[in-house]
Amino acid sequence: MDWLSPDEWTAVRLSLQVSFWATLVSLPFGVLTAMALARGNFWGKQLLNGLVHLPLILPPVVTGYILLLLFGRRGAIGAFLDQTFGLVLAFRWTGAALAAAVMSFPLMVRAIRLAIEAVDPKLEQAARTLGANSAWTFVTVTLPLILPGILAGAILAFAKAMGEFGATITFVSNIPGETQTVPSAIYAFLQVPGGDASAMRLVLVSVVVAVTALALSEVVATRVARRIAAK
Amino acid sequence: MTLDVALEHRFGNFEIAISFAAPHGITALFGRSGAGKTTVINAIAGLVKPRSGRIVADAATLFDTSRGIDLPTHARRIGYVFQESRLFPHLSVRQNLLYGRWFAPRAVRQQRLDDVVDLLDVARLLDRQPGELSGGEKQRVAIGRALLASPRLLLMDEPLASLDEARKSEILPYLERLRDEVRLPIVYVSHSISEVARLATTIVAISDGRVARVGPTAEVMSDPDTFPLMGRQEAGAILPAKVLRHDLHDGLTELVTSGGRLLTPRVEAPPGTDVRVRIRARDVILALAEPQGLSALNILPVTIRKLGSQDGVVVDVAITCGTDDLLVRVTRRSVERLGLAAGKSCFAVFKSVAVARRDISTVDAKPD
Repeated sequence: MDWLSPDEWTAVRLSLQVSFWATLVSLPFGVLTAMALARGNFWGKQLLNGLVHLPLILPPVVTGYILLLLFGRRGAIGAFLDQTFGLVLAFRWTGAALAAAVMSFPLMVRAIRLAIEAVDPKLEQAARTLGANSAWTFVTVTLPLILPGILAGAILAFAKAMGEFGATITFVSNIPGETQTVPSAIYAFLQVPGGDASAMRLVLVSVVVAVTALALSEVVATRVARRIAAK
Repeated sequence: MTLDVALEHRFGNFEIAISFAAPHGITALFGRSGAGKTTVINAIAGLVKPRSGRIVADAATLFDTSRGIDLPTHARRIGYVFQESRLFPHLSVRQNLLYGRWFAPRAVRQQRLDDVVDLLDVARLLDRQPGELSGGEKQRVAIGRALLASPRLLLMDEPLASLDEARKSEILPYLERLRDEVRLPIVYVSHSISEVARLATTIVAISDGRVARVGPTAEVMSDPDTFPLMGRQEAGAILPAKVLRHDLHDGLTELVTSGGRLLTPRVEAPPGTDVRVRIRARDVILALAEPQGLSALNILPVTIRKLGSQDGVVVDVAITCGTDDLLVRVTRRSVERLGLAAGKSCFAVFKSVAVARRDISTVDAKPD
């Protein structure tokens, strides 16, 4: 891999690592939230919906700053995590993962929610009459049917996480090897004379990752949809 | 095993107050759409919670407001065959069939996959996906899936309503086998008289949220008082009969009933087969003397049992033919002119269309 310099390679690897963990950890929360929004009927549902979508409409810098206030070492949640679990997020790669997760969460929830709304509740009713309680009904009927939506949501969230810049740089800064993801690295290379070539190579990597993710999510969605549509 | 149901429920201004008992065999909840039939079976399954009542299946109390019992659907062990088969699209036919069996406690698993597969003739479908099945095949699989959960009873909500005539006649024989071979109470919701006539052992006629009439199928169907419930055009009685022989020369089949012999277009069943013949009230003519020179082939001596309400233009007359009861619709003028009264002997002329093939229940019966 000599077409990427060690610094560039570090940024790519870090981006993949951050995006992977951001997606994996937020996935269960994404499914739960989507389930609550699609099926739930509770007080504050609109509030939750707004909160989930907030990162989509707020300037990313604002989201990053809010994260810093909440999860910084002296932030309400940050201090608690530091003292209780020794977990520090600010200016660490884990913080970059948190920022990426928060920013990609609306996309993930949206995709999963659409899939849940497409599931016919009558099928779940049928499962109940066959002896499956709510948990089993979810595992054996709902989950398999929304799997394409979950996969599509995860891939989309991963691609979004790969491209996250504003919230990340505000929350965890731009530390090579720790928090410098591909977009941050591109930005940094563009600030120094002669960095254009490096920036160009990383842009290429970004485009390839994004297009691959999009194509993958389309393939997954159509393949599983075809299998199920024939009902 | 039996089912006892007594419940009250209210939707807005519509009130339901229904009680009945379902023994073995098929108990048809019969009535127009909107009469409350589906609400009743949804309450039995626990999908609707009635305001008050009691549902006991096979000595197990599923629901009882006075004792505060309300078992959740999954714990009731009620097989439910829906109008739209509701097969799980992501599972194969085999996995669909075994779905409920997996949740059934080991001690109560009575049905074996092989037996159910044979009963419903779905062996060659096992490895397919539900999306590749026809409507009739889907319903057979749905029935099998419900059976394999080893339920205390089976609920069927218009299982044939979404099928065309050809598919219906494809599946009816399986329902008859189910009724005769599986020892379960089956509650069957329908608004189709011909289905009920063919399948039901007991009829619970429901009208405006109340039970209008309960009884054995033949008895309910031959009672003029149930006419309004069935719809004037379709009302009629059913006659048990046995295939006597086939006339190869003119393609007719001779049936024996308690009141005499009937000729019908060829019935695809061997001699000795028990069949049910439905005779619509509007397809019967009464005559005081045995008519001569008529084109109608079927004329039997009958006795008038009871006259229905004489308020309208037409009067529904119950007649006895041998040991079976039939219904006839005549005008009030004819009642007066012929002096029809209970106990009077006369002759019933069945128009040739009266013995419709689709109402003869045989394995291969096809609609005309």
